Amino acid sequence: MGIGTSGRRLVRRATSEQAAAVALIIPSLVAVGVFVYGFIGWSALVSVSEWDTLRPDYTYVGLDNFRDLFRNFRFQIDIRNTVVFTVLFVAACLGLGFVLASLLDRHIVGEGIFRSIYLFPMAVSFIVTGVVWRWLLAPRAGVNILPEKVGLGALDYGWYTDPTVTYVHADSRLGEALHAAGLGFLADPNYGIPLAMISVVIAATWQMSGFVMVMYLAGLRAIPEELREAARMDGASEFRIVRHISLPLLRPVTLSAIIILGHQSLKIFDLVMSMSRRGPGFATDVPALFMFETSFQGNHFSHGAAISIVMLVAVSALVIPYLFWSLRREARL
Amino acid sequence: MTIRWSRIALYTVLILFAVLYLMPIYVLLVTGLKSFGEVRLEQMWDLPSGLHFDSFKEAYSALDSNLGNSFKMVIPATVISCMLGSINGYVLTKWRFPGSDVLFFLLLYGMFIPYQSVLIPLVKTLQALHVYGSLWGLVVTHVVYGIPITTLIFRNYYANIPTELVEAAKIDGASIFGIYRRIVFPLSLPGFVVVAIWQFTNIWNDFLFAVTVTSNPSIQPATVALNNMAGSFIVEWNVQMAGALIAALPTLIVYVVLGRFFVRGLMAGALRG
Repeated sequence: MGIGTSGRRLVRRATSEQAAAVALIIPSLVAVGVFVYGFIGWSALVSVSEWDTLRPDYTYVGLDNFRDLFRNFRFQIDIRNTVVFTVLFVAACLGLGFVLASLLDRHIVGEGIFRSIYLFPMAVSFIVTGVVWRWLLAPRAGVNILPEKVGLGALDYGWYTDPTVTYVHADSRLGEALHAAGLGFLADPNYGIPLAMISVVIAATWQMSGFVMVMYLAGLRAIPEELREAARMDGASEFRIVRHISLPLLRPVTLSAIIILGHQSLKIFDLVMSMSRRGPGFATDVPALFMFETSFQGNHFSHGAAISIVMLVAVSALVIPYLFWSLRREARL
Repeated sequence: MTIRWSRIALYTVLILFAVLYLMPIYVLLVTGLKSFGEVRLEQMWDLPSGLHFDSFKEAYSALDSNLGNSFKMVIPATVISCMLGSINGYVLTKWRFPGSDVLFFLLLYGMFIPYQSVLIPLVKTLQALHVYGSLWGLVVTHVVYGIPITTLIFRNYYANIPTELVEAAKIDGASIFGIYRRIVFPLSLPGFVVVAIWQFTNIWNDFLFAVTVTSNPSIQPATVALNNMAGSFIVEWNVQMAGALIAALPTLIVYVVLGRFFVRGLMAGALRG
C-alpha cells in the first residue's frame, strides 16, 4: 500500500516535471512556429496576391505571379546562373577540400597551422570576401597584373565584368548534333555558361573550401588505418586505395557537404551583392538579388514573394530528404 | 631518398596552397598600410614604403558607429541565443516526450530555409511591433532564427552527458531545474563556448537581415556600412580594403584565439555527416 502511494506520487511528480519540460521549450517552438512556418505561409499568401505597391492587397490572383516569373527574361537568366554557380562551386569545393584533406592526412608537421590557414576565410563575412575579390579580380589590377611582377605580360581577363556567355551555337557541329537528337533547344544562351560567374565561384570557393576540408579530414580520420594498411600490404596503389576504400567510405561526408554547399549556393546573396551585383547583362544575377530588388526597392511584393517561394521549394527539395536521412541514421546509431 | 623527395613535394604543395589562401589578406594589409600617394591599382602587390595608417584611420572613422551597432546587436543576441539553445537542448535530450523528435525535425528545417521566404512578413511584423529599423528588431530576428542551430549544437553536446546521471537524480526527486543547475549546467561550458562563437560569427557577418531590417545608416551594422562603402564611387579602394579588414577583425580574432571551438560548431552545423 505504502509503496503504491509513494509510487503514484512519484509518477505524478514525474508528470508535472515532464510538463515543466515541455513548458520550457514552448517559447522557442512558438517563436519558430510563427517566424518560420507562419511567415512561410504568409509569404505564400503574398505570392498568390495582387500586392504590387506599398499598400498591401491580398486579392487572390492564383498562380499568375509565378507564370509571370517563369516568363520573365531576368528570372530565366537567374535560374541558369544559379545552376551554373551551384555546379561549379560545389564541384570546386569538393575537389579542393578533398585534395587538402588528403594532403593533411599524412602526418604533417604543423598540420594545425595549415588547417587554420585553409579554414580562416570561413570566419569572415561574404561582404568582406566580395569587397576583397572585387579588387583582386578587377580587370586592370589584382590577378591580371600579377604576371607583370615576374616580367611577363599582364592578363586581360574581364573576370566579373566579362559579358560573354559560352553556349553551343545552333549552327555549330555540336549544335546540329543536339538538334538531330531533338535537344536543339539546348543550343541557346539560356543553357550557356556566363563567364563572369566564374569569378564569383572563385571567391566563394576561397571562402568555403576549408569547410569541406575539415569535414573530409574528420571522415578520413574515422577510417581505421589498418584498412588502408592492409590494402597497402596487398600491393594496392595509393590511387586505388583512395578510389576503392577512402571515397566509398566518405560517401556520407560527400553527401552532407553537397547538401550544405548546395543549399547555400541556391540562396547566395551577400557575395554577389558586394562583388559584382547583377553583372553585365545579368551575368552574375541570382534569384536572391532579384527578390531583394523586386520586393524592397521596387515594392512589387507579390512578385518578390513568388521568387522567394521558388527558392524555398528548390532548397527544400534538397534539404528535406537529407534531414530525414540524417535523423534516421542518427536514430540507428 | 624517394620518400624524402615526396615529403618535400608534399610540404611545397601545402605551402603553395597556404600562400594562395592568404593572398587576399596580404593585399588587404599592404593596401591598407600604403600612403594615399602610393595607392595605385598597378602597384597593388608592392609593399608599402613605410607604415601609414591613413586608410585605416579614414575607414575607421567611417565605420566607427556601425561597428558599435554590430556589437550592440551581437552581444545581447548571442547571450539570449545561448540560453535558449541550452534549455532546448536539455529538454530534447533529457526530458524527451512523445513527438519531441518530430518537433526537433521541424526546428531543424528552420535552419536551412532561404530567409527570403520569410522576409516580407518579417518586415511587416517588426513594423507592427515598432522595432523595425532598430537594433532590437535585429536582435529578435537573430535570436529566433538562431534557435534551430543553437538547439542542435546543445542537443548533440548534451547527448554525451550520461542519461543515467540524470535518471538517478530524477529518482532522488530532483526537479527539472535542480538537475539542470547541479548536473547539466556545470558541464556545459564548452557547449556554451561553441554556440557563443557560432552565433557571434554568424550574426556579426549577417548581411541579409541587417540590410532589410535597418535602413537608417546610423543604425546599420558594419556589414551593411561596408557594402555601402564598397558600392560608393567616392570612397577610394584602399579605404574599402582597410574597411574590410576592420569589419573582419572581431570574428578573425575570435577565430585565431578560439578556432578549436569554431570548428566544433562547424561540424555540428553539418549535422552528423
